[in-house]
Amino acid sequence: MSRSPECIAMLLAGGQGSRLGILTKHIAKPAVPYGGKYRIIDFPLSNCVNSGIYTVGVLTQYQPLELNDYIGNGQPWDLDRENGGVHILSPYQQIKGTTWYKNTANAIYQNINFIDRYNPKYVAILSGDHIYKMDYSKMLAYHKQKNAACTIAMLEVPWEEASRFGLMLVDEDNAITEFEEKPKNPRSNKASMGVYMFTWEKLRSYLLADEADPNSGNDFGHDLIPAMHKAGERLFAYPFDGYWKDVGTIDSLWEANLDLLDPKVDLDLSDTSWKIYSRNLTTPPHYVSADANVQNSLISGGCEIEGDVDFSVLFSNVTVEKGATVRDSIIMPGTVVRSGAVVQYAIVAENAVIEQGATVGERPEAMQNMDDWGVAVVGEKITVGKNAVVAPKAMIDADVAGVQ
Amino acid sequence: MRTNNVLGLIYSNAYDSAIPELTTLRTMGSVPFGGRYRLIDFALSNMVNCGITKVGVATKNNYQSLMDHLGSGKPWDLSRKNDGMFLLPPFSTKDSSAITSRLEALQSCMNFLSKSSEEYVILTDCNVVCNVDFGEMVDAHIASGADITVAYKSGVKPALTGLMTLELDGDGRATAITVGAPTGGEENYSLNMFVLRKALLERMLHEAAGLYLTDFERDLFMRNVQALKIHGFAVQGFVRTLYSLQSFFDANLELLKRENRRQLFCPDRPVYTKVQDSMPTIYGLGAEVSNSLIADGCVIEGTVENSILFRGVRVGKGAVVRNSILMQHSMIGDNATVSCAVMDKSGVIKPGKTICGDMSFPISIGKGIIV
Repeated sequence: MSRSPECIAMLLAGGQGSRLGILTKHIAKPAVPYGGKYRIIDFPLSNCVNSGIYTVGVLTQYQPLELNDYIGNGQPWDLDRENGGVHILSPYQQIKGTTWYKNTANAIYQNINFIDRYNPKYVAILSGDHIYKMDYSKMLAYHKQKNAACTIAMLEVPWEEASRFGLMLVDEDNAITEFEEKPKNPRSNKASMGVYMFTWEKLRSYLLADEADPNSGNDFGHDLIPAMHKAGERLFAYPFDGYWKDVGTIDSLWEANLDLLDPKVDLDLSDTSWKIYSRNLTTPPHYVSADANVQNSLISGGCEIEGDVDFSVLFSNVTVEKGATVRDSIIMPGTVVRSGAVVQYAIVAENAVIEQGATVGERPEAMQNMDDWGVAVVGEKITVGKNAVVAPKAMIDADVAGVQ
Repeated sequence: MRTNNVLGLIYSNAYDSAIPELTTLRTMGSVPFGGRYRLIDFALSNMVNCGITKVGVATKNNYQSLMDHLGSGKPWDLSRKNDGMFLLPPFSTKDSSAITSRLEALQSCMNFLSKSSEEYVILTDCNVVCNVDFGEMVDAHIASGADITVAYKSGVKPALTGLMTLELDGDGRATAITVGAPTGGEENYSLNMFVLRKALLERMLHEAAGLYLTDFERDLFMRNVQALKIHGFAVQGFVRTLYSLQSFFDANLELLKRENRRQLFCPDRPVYTKVQDSMPTIYGLGAEVSNSLIADGCVIEGTVENSILFRGVRVGKGAVVRNSILMQHSMIGDNATVSCAVMDKSGVIKPGKTICGDMSFPISIGKGIIV
């Protein structure tokens, strides 16, 4: 390598995202569409280039086809470079046989050669399934200032939700004193965001030790970082106070999309100083007809809207016919909502067809028992037949027959 | 047809003076159109969609905005090791004067032409908006055995000085070519898209230079109507020649008809343009939008009717926009009213102000003007 970058990023994108059900049947979670024209992985990738990190390894494992296709040569993120750029790192065959990435730390361990080739001083370990805007260069400066072996980005979460996260206890200098993994009675509300900055020399030796330990689960949060802590390494928490969301579930994916419509939410995608880049479809501007009524929504290129759209996110090339209603919903690219159909509190995946008079989802106000309520999901290329009804909380992965 | 045997050559300054409101600061090719495009996008996309991989873009002056838009040619897949896009600014020597005519602009591309190995050339301007299959046109050219094939449209001829009208016989061969004023009736007027052998173009340009000929239409076409076999190629569908601010205004608003959009943005032959990475458009509470074409990155909190909004336009609360073309990053303040206007890039209408044109006389608000 002619020039060694100071810092490279390793992006963990192999997760299945099983709680997203049919939405991740054919694609890895980082490739799930978000926000009208993005995919989740656009956020960490854009954060990298905006932070001046131009060498990024993307570790894929589960259903990598679409993700690999999407990332391609990295051009949309300016990561098609002579020196560095984006690299897809899949598990590969070795002399001792083929091994899948066992866990997060093992995935990095298997790519030590890749990192050594670039010989960076620091390595950022990122997760491919979070929505947030963060300047990693500031985190790196903090890491250097603290002379830390590992710095973990930390977010204060509401106390009542704290037990869902990996938590950290810190002293007044933000040095980490203790870890708690999803405790029943949390003693801290400082959650780890799954964003780590390591000094490569340190990380390298702990990766080797972790791999040699037969009792280790090879996970960053569970094994490697606690081992560093035990050995007395300098671990620091880096406080972050912006928008951050793990879109691990249907509800959180739905919420995170609609967060974009809330002016109080601190996630401004129109900020030109911190653009989120994505691979764009070639679409003309969207068209809103004289019959349409569009309120409080996010609409992408190529849409043709003749019906009512309220509090929803429409991806590219969505058609909403005259007399159709879409509210409180996420409609992914190429889907058609025919006249008289109602889509509410739902996520409809790509290229689905909601036929005339069909109803998808239900408003929570109309429910007798709120336990039965939830966001309805229609899978990709599914047809919901004429006048058919898709119940709230349903997850549809086969065509629904029409009703006369 | 071996598409890579065809070279594209686009003249980006043609008829610059026809829409001075929009071209004082840019070439015709970089005039914004249709919500997110520049006029050259249509010419370039037509070329790459039929498989052409080498395109020269000839310029005369004011081409900074054009260079900024085209970049390396990446959005059209023309940033290549072999072939790709070639920007051809005027080639001036010690004793050459500024380029004034199309013929001179072409002559300054002689080097580019002679270094290319393609057999055929497609020449086009930028002031015609259409989605045309150039592959078909080249096939027709070869099948007819014509020396030159000229794309034409039948209808009322646009009022552009020097625009050719073709009289065609039953085989589609031109028997006469005139450049008179529009008759107001049906005419076969040229779209200034030509297919011919590169060798023929080079010969004609050499001859013209030798004889001090200066007029492209008169000296290359009208004089040669007998000597050369000049054929017409009819272009159907949505075709608009832009020749004035009014025609620009009308052509944009005609995109509000679904049929016209289907023809221009035909999914088999997409129109490519520079990517801006703007977010999807946000409709606020109280937004009232009807019959409008809206690009990404807008924030709409007011009323928009029968209008075209380019990327990044903001319409404030209580503001009303009617029958208008608002280019990139226009800002319409709260409670302002804009009607029948063509607003160039980054203009601002302050809160509460009113700007009003007429459908038959759209008002033009220049680049970056604050009202």
